[in-house]
Amino acid sequence: MNGGPGRAAASHIEFLAALRQDWTSTQIASIGNGREALSSAPADAALKILVIDKDPIRRAILDAGLREAGFVNVILLGETAGLLNHIYRIDPDVILIDLENPSRDVLEQMFQVSRVVRRPIAMFVDQSDRETTRAAVEAGVSAYIVDGLRQGRVKDILELCISRFNAVARLQDELDRAKSALEERKAIDRAKGILMQVKGLSEEQAYALLRKTAMNEKRKIAEVAQAVITASELLK
Amino acid sequence: MTARTTAATRLTIGFIPLADAAALIVAADRGFAAEEGLELDLVREVSWSNVRDKLNIGLFDAAHLLAPLAIASSLGIGHVKVPLTVPFNLALNGNAITVSPTLWTALSTAAEGDLADPAVSAGALARVVAARKARGLPPLTLGMTFPFSNHNYQLRFWMAAGGVVPDDDVQLVVLPPPYMAESLGNGHVDGFCVGAPWNSTAVDLGIGHILHFGAEIVGRAAEKVLAVRRCWADERPDVLARLVRALDRAACFVADPANHEEAAALLAAPARLDIAPDTIRRTLDGHLRLASDGRMRTSDRYLVVGRLGASRPDPAQAAWAYAQMVRWGQTPLSPELLAAATGVFRPELYEAAVGGAPRLPAGEPADDIGAFAGPAFDPADIAAHLAAWPIRRS
Repeated sequence: MNGGPGRAAASHIEFLAALRQDWTSTQIASIGNGREALSSAPADAALKILVIDKDPIRRAILDAGLREAGFVNVILLGETAGLLNHIYRIDPDVILIDLENPSRDVLEQMFQVSRVVRRPIAMFVDQSDRETTRAAVEAGVSAYIVDGLRQGRVKDILELCISRFNAVARLQDELDRAKSALEERKAIDRAKGILMQVKGLSEEQAYALLRKTAMNEKRKIAEVAQAVITASELLK
Repeated sequence: MTARTTAATRLTIGFIPLADAAALIVAADRGFAAEEGLELDLVREVSWSNVRDKLNIGLFDAAHLLAPLAIASSLGIGHVKVPLTVPFNLALNGNAITVSPTLWTALSTAAEGDLADPAVSAGALARVVAARKARGLPPLTLGMTFPFSNHNYQLRFWMAAGGVVPDDDVQLVVLPPPYMAESLGNGHVDGFCVGAPWNSTAVDLGIGHILHFGAEIVGRAAEKVLAVRRCWADERPDVLARLVRALDRAACFVADPANHEEAAALLAAPARLDIAPDTIRRTLDGHLRLASDGRMRTSDRYLVVGRLGASRPDPAQAAWAYAQMVRWGQTPLSPELLAAATGVFRPELYEAAVGGAPRLPAGEPADDIGAFAGPAFDPADIAAHLAAWPIRRS
């Protein structure tokens, strides 16, 4: 019982953290790689695609994915101050933005005909394919296109982004679960220590007591451990 | 008792962290929803676009929405057409116009009269704009939250009444509310119109002066509504009625000054607005600091929740919002579109759910709008409303 799973969780976190810091372009390109990869260079490879995302890792993953799919004109933007001016300067054909970004509302202004807007932009909504729209919103990404652009090609781009967004989310989820497993491990170790000291138990007896209590109360061992820690702090 | 022991109906509702979501938050967190057998899962969002899209595709059952956006979505303006139904009005008013200290000084110098009067301040703005033009300075930039919002329409209505052409003389830009104060501080904008608590945030930071409460521009403006998809409303009339009743009781709770402290504490929670309860309290009390020198202004019309008949969706309000869309070139004028716009607001659903219509106190504007300038608004004659204004895009 001597912290084996805890060590495993810790090394898993280190692994994932290292991955997020030091991903090589090859590793990044392989994330979420799959059926959406295009067999040949797209006909409109020169489409200017602007990716607005504050998460640098996800930005890099989208960039790699789009380039791998043959799009050579990808521009990344993490900063959203003065967003409209950036967009006019870049003058993209397609804009992809993450839904956690409050600046998404700024893009809505581009649907309006006004002096500030140069090229009318429309949100990517293919009325015949609500599933793609839904999948995009659930994955957390939205696409805007220059009005009049053929939607079929943009759908490929959007589907690629949905797949990468979901891949990043799965990775994040894995990281969160590994972190919480480590936290639980730590709490159980602390609670064992408290029980050993206060009740004069061995480590095995302390763990058995936690487990039995958890089973009797239909709670997780980590929850019982946390209760022991809280109680012990109150009684200090 | 058996009815209550069955599982509560669970509804997922999107909201933006603003004080005018008060009735929704109080309904969810103080038992009013539970009394109706509902469990409200409130999902905090970062943009109106997200709220609209998640409501449209069914990830949300209902949403806290800008009143004009509910209309725009139903008419298919600027985006995919998804007919919505508004059975409850979450708040009237609540916005304010805040300007930088520099613009404040310029307006004070140019003002011919009391700057607290919007007719005076709009005239002063026209002179400041003309003086900047004469000196070859760039136009003033003013922030608002969404193309289909009262923030946009109130700014435009106000400045146009003073002779400023919104689309030529100034630059109007959409800014997410959390970035408003920062943008005013670093000079990206010279002023903005936004909801609570963001005006107070700029004042507290010492970088903004509140010039007007939105209620000084328009006395009764449907600000945020509870919106559901029309098909959802048709399929689940019983659930909708329970939701309306829960919101109505919550709004009445918020309306009572004796409950402001408790309501502010509920709204301040990390999963809700996540800001200081004191700032929310001042908003609910309608007691706002205008500038860093400590001047205050109090108005019981600043933000109206659950009082003055605010909860009943008023089709005249929908007609006024539609008229602004037409005035500023967002949509054409037609009897069909007007009928579709007013049909979004459903007072009969509200009245059926709560058992009657509210009695409005004396002194409420006769035309249900109470704008500071122009003739009384007639919801049946949008053309006359437009004809009264030389400055328009239609």
